Amino acid sequence: MTERKLRILIAKPGLDGHDRGAKVVAHALRDAGFEVIYTGLKRTVAEIVQEAIQEDVDVIGLSILSGAHLTLCRQLAEGLKAQNAQSIPVVVGGIIPQRDVEPLRQLGVRDVFPMGTPLPAIVETLKEYAHA
Amino acid sequence: MPKAAKKKDVILHAGIPVKAVYGPEDIRGLDYGRDLGDPGEYPFTRGIHPEMYRARVWTMRQYVGFGTPGETNGRFKYLMAHGQDALNVAFDLPTQCGLDSDDPRADGEVGRVGMAIDTLADMEEAFSGIPLDRVSVSLTINSMAAPITAMYYAVAEKQKAPADRVVVTPQNDILKEFIARGTWVYPVEPSLRLVGDLIEFSAKRYPRSNPVSVCGYHIREAGCTTAQEMAYGLAIAAAYVELMLKRGMPVDEFAPRISFNFTCWGKIFEEVAKFRAGRRLYARMMRERFGATNPRSWMFRSLIGGGGSAFTVQEPQNNIVRGAYLALAAALSGAQTMALPTYDEAYTIPSSQAQLVALRTMQICAEESGVADTADPLAGSYYVEWLTGEMEKKIQAELAQVDRLNGIVEGVKSGAIQAEVARQAYLFEQKLLSGEIPKVATNCHVAAEQPAESHDVELYAFDPKVAEAQVAKLDRTRRERDGAAVGRALGQIRDEARGTGNLMEPILEAVKAYATLGEISSAMKDVFGEHKEPVAL
Repeated sequence: MTERKLRILIAKPGLDGHDRGAKVVAHALRDAGFEVIYTGLKRTVAEIVQEAIQEDVDVIGLSILSGAHLTLCRQLAEGLKAQNAQSIPVVVGGIIPQRDVEPLRQLGVRDVFPMGTPLPAIVETLKEYAHA
Repeated sequence: MPKAAKKKDVILHAGIPVKAVYGPEDIRGLDYGRDLGDPGEYPFTRGIHPEMYRARVWTMRQYVGFGTPGETNGRFKYLMAHGQDALNVAFDLPTQCGLDSDDPRADGEVGRVGMAIDTLADMEEAFSGIPLDRVSVSLTINSMAAPITAMYYAVAEKQKAPADRVVVTPQNDILKEFIARGTWVYPVEPSLRLVGDLIEFSAKRYPRSNPVSVCGYHIREAGCTTAQEMAYGLAIAAAYVELMLKRGMPVDEFAPRISFNFTCWGKIFEEVAKFRAGRRLYARMMRERFGATNPRSWMFRSLIGGGGSAFTVQEPQNNIVRGAYLALAAALSGAQTMALPTYDEAYTIPSSQAQLVALRTMQICAEESGVADTADPLAGSYYVEWLTGEMEKKIQAELAQVDRLNGIVEGVKSGAIQAEVARQAYLFEQKLLSGEIPKVATNCHVAAEQPAESHDVELYAFDPKVAEAQVAKLDRTRRERDGAAVGRALGQIRDEARGTGNLMEPILEAVKAYATLGEISSAMKDVFGEHKEPVAL
């Protein structure tokens, strides 16, 4: 069985300029056979929604280390819905305390990768999306 | 019990292989006068002061700031009451990016990773009751360094602090923001102009200010190697020196006030060697390449800090022990100022208790450990002297690589430096995964049962009312100020931005008229435009 090559948009929303994690994950996913598109820093939610639709991605991965994850994920869910693109799954990684994982899921985030998540675990979880 | 396996090859972060034993033959070519010199003597390999910590122990400066200026003011006073002698101010992201607290792009970020500053009224509140002629303050601000430092100077003026007693260190290092950390706003060239404007203005008006703090720290945190951290830092310093020389400022008029901000979170002896080699290279660069004649222009004065990269999410109490090793490394490296990450930093905005542990760690290192008893205690060690020489070669090789990119400014514009840092970050991550770089309780000696999250840290309870309070205050300030004066001042900023003069005077006028940071930053954006990031993986 040949697996479809997944396209993922790695995005840095908000004002947070820490991109080490986003770039490391992007490299790891590319090595694992994903097609990776990286937005660069300080993208607005509207820009991320637009790019996800234009690039026809299978997943959006947000990287947020500023603590603004709840606000930004709420905005993204609303933005995707407004463009009728809520079927694109969203995952988020960064400095995310355990207490915020469930609220993020309530906002429609499919998977949360808090600090300390091993890189292979992220890759394996996202590979499953090919079968979804 | 089986005999422990023979340890496999040891290779330092800079790529230097280490032998099991070193001896006199490893430092045969070493010339004391040429390569080391006494502490306080050129080329300052052994430190920039003759008696180092016997004369004066390092300054302790924890990075603090959160919520409103009022809350931050309270935490400043708490740390000062416990013996901290200098402040290191954290600003929230909207402030760092030049956005007002009511800007839609600031939603969710106001007061979160630092304090929010919208106008001079906020700066007045943040430093209320803190005498700016007696406390030295560093401001972690870069693209907005000119307006934020202008606000600081305005507060000092209102406090009637004599200008020659004001000791302030705005970070003002925009090149490293383009490489790591990302709080850039304007394109590279106008950003550099603002760096130069602040250096020039401060050198003339506030002689004890340190108007630029060149940072290797953040580039290392973003993933580069030890040798690259020093090489990029030296290359950035050289770029700023060239910038000022082009403006016609003699090197000795500004170079004595250049300072550095580096990390020391790796292997202790590699870090020590990095700083000893860096001081030597900097001294030679300033004297030989730039012709500085004032010995103070040759000195690599540094804040050496921890770096959260050393710390782990797993078993956060262990980070307290790691912090003690960081303090030891910083002291052995000859730091002028020290700052440590807090054990809870991987989780949250530091609690006051975690801040106190970090401060106490530095105090224990200074008072109890004996590391401060004599200058450069590792000098003459076969290993350390050999390694200092090897680090020097590695740093020079990295500098040659930067030259091949046509210098650090061009390397930043093209994104080549950023791509190299990201590549190194990924390599490092792979070494952590393979266990080649050990991390206790993370990739070795891992506890059988892992709690989902440690309960040993107190999570910072972010209060959404912070943003409301900040926006209400901003509204009040806007209502009460002289709108026409603000309009005129902003017009002058635009006019000067179109020209080539120093922007600090018009910025200072706007600040004093209570123009908001967002207004000032937009006035410049109207002329300069915005940076387009070269996105390279």
